[in-house]
Amino acid sequence: MTASAWMILALFALALLGVLTARSAAGRILVYGGSVVVCAGFIATGFLALTGPVERLVLPLGLPWIGTNLRLDALSGFFLALIGVGGAGASLFAVGYGRHEAHPERVLPFYPAFLAAMALVVLADDAFTFLFAWELMSLTSWALVKAHHGEPDNAQAGFVYLIMATFSGMALLLGFGLLAGTEGGYAFDVMRQAPPGTLAATVVLLAALVGAGSKAGLVPLHVWLPLAHPAAPSHVSALMSGVMTKVAIYGFIRIVFDLLGPNQWWAGTVVLALGGITAVLGVLHALMERDLKRLLAYSTVENIGIVFIGLGLALAFRATGFEAGAALALTAALFHALNHTLFKSLLFFGAGSVLSATGSRDMETMGGLIHRMPRTAGAFLVGCAAISALPPLNGFASEWLTFQAVLLHPELPQWGLKLMIPVDGAALALAAALAAACFVRAFGIVFLGRPRSDAAAQAREADPWSLIAMVGFAVLCLLAGIVPAAVLDSIAPVARAMTGSRMPVQLDNLWLTIAPVEASRSSYNGLLVFIFIGGSMLITIGAVHRFASRGVQRGPAWDCGFPDPTPLSQYSAGSFSQPLRRVFGTVLFRARDTVDMPAPGDNRAAGIVRRIADPIWDFFYAPLGRGVGWIADHANVLQFLTIRRYLGFVFGALVVLLLALTVWQ
Amino acid sequence: MAMIWPLAAQLVQMTVILVLSPLLTGLVRKVKARLQRRRGASVWQPYRDLRRLLGKEAIVADNASWLFRGAPYFVFAATWVAAALIPTFAANLMFSWSGDLIAITALLGSARFALALAGMDIGTSFGGIGASREMMIASLAEPAMLMIVFSVAIIAGSTQLSTIAEYMLNGQVGLRVSLALALVALLIVALAENGRIPVDNPATHLELTMVHEAMVLEYSGRHLAMIELAAALKLMLYLAMIACVFFPVGMSGTPGQIGPDTIGGAAWLVKMAVGGVALGVAETAVAKMRVFRVPNFLGAALMLGLLGVLLLFVSRGM
Repeated sequence: MTASAWMILALFALALLGVLTARSAAGRILVYGGSVVVCAGFIATGFLALTGPVERLVLPLGLPWIGTNLRLDALSGFFLALIGVGGAGASLFAVGYGRHEAHPERVLPFYPAFLAAMALVVLADDAFTFLFAWELMSLTSWALVKAHHGEPDNAQAGFVYLIMATFSGMALLLGFGLLAGTEGGYAFDVMRQAPPGTLAATVVLLAALVGAGSKAGLVPLHVWLPLAHPAAPSHVSALMSGVMTKVAIYGFIRIVFDLLGPNQWWAGTVVLALGGITAVLGVLHALMERDLKRLLAYSTVENIGIVFIGLGLALAFRATGFEAGAALALTAALFHALNHTLFKSLLFFGAGSVLSATGSRDMETMGGLIHRMPRTAGAFLVGCAAISALPPLNGFASEWLTFQAVLLHPELPQWGLKLMIPVDGAALALAAALAAACFVRAFGIVFLGRPRSDAAAQAREADPWSLIAMVGFAVLCLLAGIVPAAVLDSIAPVARAMTGSRMPVQLDNLWLTIAPVEASRSSYNGLLVFIFIGGSMLITIGAVHRFASRGVQRGPAWDCGFPDPTPLSQYSAGSFSQPLRRVFGTVLFRARDTVDMPAPGDNRAAGIVRRIADPIWDFFYAPLGRGVGWIADHANVLQFLTIRRYLGFVFGALVVLLLALTVWQ
Repeated sequence: MAMIWPLAAQLVQMTVILVLSPLLTGLVRKVKARLQRRRGASVWQPYRDLRRLLGKEAIVADNASWLFRGAPYFVFAATWVAAALIPTFAANLMFSWSGDLIAITALLGSARFALALAGMDIGTSFGGIGASREMMIASLAEPAMLMIVFSVAIIAGSTQLSTIAEYMLNGQVGLRVSLALALVALLIVALAENGRIPVDNPATHLELTMVHEAMVLEYSGRHLAMIELAAALKLMLYLAMIACVFFPVGMSGTPGQIGPDTIGGAAWLVKMAVGGVALGVAETAVAKMRVFRVPNFLGAALMLGLLGVLLLFVSRGM
């Protein structure tokens, strides 16, 4: 425990060092290299805390009568290790990638502070420390989002992010206020011992959904995420998408599963509904997107939806007294959260390498990068396959586990759950299939085909440090996919602490098979599937080359006899998604393709105009913004009153409060 | 020694399904030709095609990457592994527990992912159109397939195909609404996944609505042979899956015993032949759809599957 406190302090020291040495190359290597070391420490501490005893530490800082309470239990340990993994990868990537940064002094000081704030959130053991760290995390990441504030749209991204972050902080403040009760017990231990009444618990649940959900990117509170995550430098995007959203999930689990005590069954229904909508809407948005980093950000929204489906199932099962099921669902959610950290960080690293090689995030200007950036392409391909839930990689293992949780218990007494769970299963299946389409499109347009611009034709391979980070994460994706049993067994203490039960021990199964309930019910062996595919592939290649034919002749592309001379006639990102836009987008996004054909005699070029509307923005945020503007306009008169009238208002407010108090008692 | 018989049974299953799958394709073609009053090629023609393609050198476009050359082998390997997990003559084969129905669906998804990427590798418009439409079809067919898996899994209490087959074999299932819905949905999905009429036409090149053929247009020689073989395997896989889940009659419960295995094998061959003839008749009887009618067709499968699952969540007896 003391060690983690020192590590956080070391990160703040690195932030200070960043201020002093930002402009030199040595500063970059020192700050990012130091972050790698500290993050390795987080991994070790977090991993040990999974099985070790609960540790506490009280520092004489913060509010005078509370102090700063820190606590390291299994849940904190898991998320601390997750922060360590994501942070170590991003820092390692940044050792090389950071050299492309035009203004390192805007990134280096905030980067270690951001890491420290996230670690502090998961260690906090009282409401004040938690909220302080939460807000610090928001502010440092906001500063990193604004690092490139000169680029178009980034100013707006920062603005929207700041508003949503403030809103999220306010919601959490309300939630903790209700949990603390009238005596003001701000320490988490006090909250655990005095669970609130039904009404207060409902409000706290909603506050946690709004506060943590908006940080995680739950629809309809996700609007800031696809704006802010891509605006930051790529290694920070990886941290925000891969790690910060998980810290938000930690916040949700800590409040709803731990502090709030037993829950009602309908809480599961609400979380399941939001999770399902988030998963499908996120991936549909990603499919329509042509900005590579924004595509990845929307896909983060999708994966958060999948995690929340798991959490919703866990809440539903826990409320109905089915603890083993709750443990399975929670384990699936946490496993998917970890997997998402791995492959989303990897994909953002790849996007960053592509961005620095071609100078663009627009997929329509890329193509053929597999020839000029073969190693980046290989690692990116692993990430794409993992996020599309393809066996034998890790994304499939965790989605398979979530499916098993969906199928676990059809005999629930509540009608809301009876209907919501299968619908969520369908949403999950749809999201997985659409994700595969989305990432075929992303990889195919960016890395395959012929280059669509000169910049893409002259791209250079990424530097060795970035490549180490990418290849390392690709290997981790594969490892977590073929030995999921080891990961599941490490998560077991967290599930026991949160649900009172755990999955059966997986490492005892034959040949590293995972069997969530029992082997006759369902089992999956990633290792064997990997060996079978690899083995039969090698045997086939060997046999074909030995006994059939070996020769290869190169020639121009056949293309049905009509090879097209210009790369612009290739399928583009827009044309790839056209069928899906037509199937899913016509109603949901009011997607319209109109042909703009000039009249005869007009020399203007003809074109096709594509329109996509975001229903959440149009029907929720735009009216909300207009409403706030209207109120602000009309409240403006209050700014220019005389002192006599202000005193009148004060008197009026006092009278109303006293009256309210009289009525209350 | 105890390992030998189960291992042999598993190897026999893998070999049989690989060796017989071109024959099934040949049979379907023969049936279609006879129904169109043509004599048609021999049922052995697919084998001759494969031998011819394997013997030729591969012609690869100038700008093809390693992915283009590796993908056919991966597609073949993933499909073969998926096919090996389906019980044919006997349930409970040695490695049947290494993947359940969800894993089989996802393995086919892996193969499709690789093939769609290979289609985009050269940078031709045909490759792009094929990949794009394939993923559009898959984005509806895969969830529909998973809904079918859900229905069957809830009834049998397992996603393991062997357990499901044994449960169905016991005969305590009876007639159920959800199973009927799942069967209809599975037939639609099987047609779409294998690129059969009315979704795609396997018999034609150079049609503007082609999907699978457009993706593999640039392939030749041994690469094309691998892809053709994988397609034949996939057709057999789906027929075997339908047979295993809905008509497991005759299947042996414990592999490695000569008597029951022979009966199971014979029953399976009859089932495959009946399935092949039925597919040929069905393909002759209906016309191909416009591409943008396909989502409605597959959406129906998805909704039928979801309806079946909802019924089961409402009442286990439905």
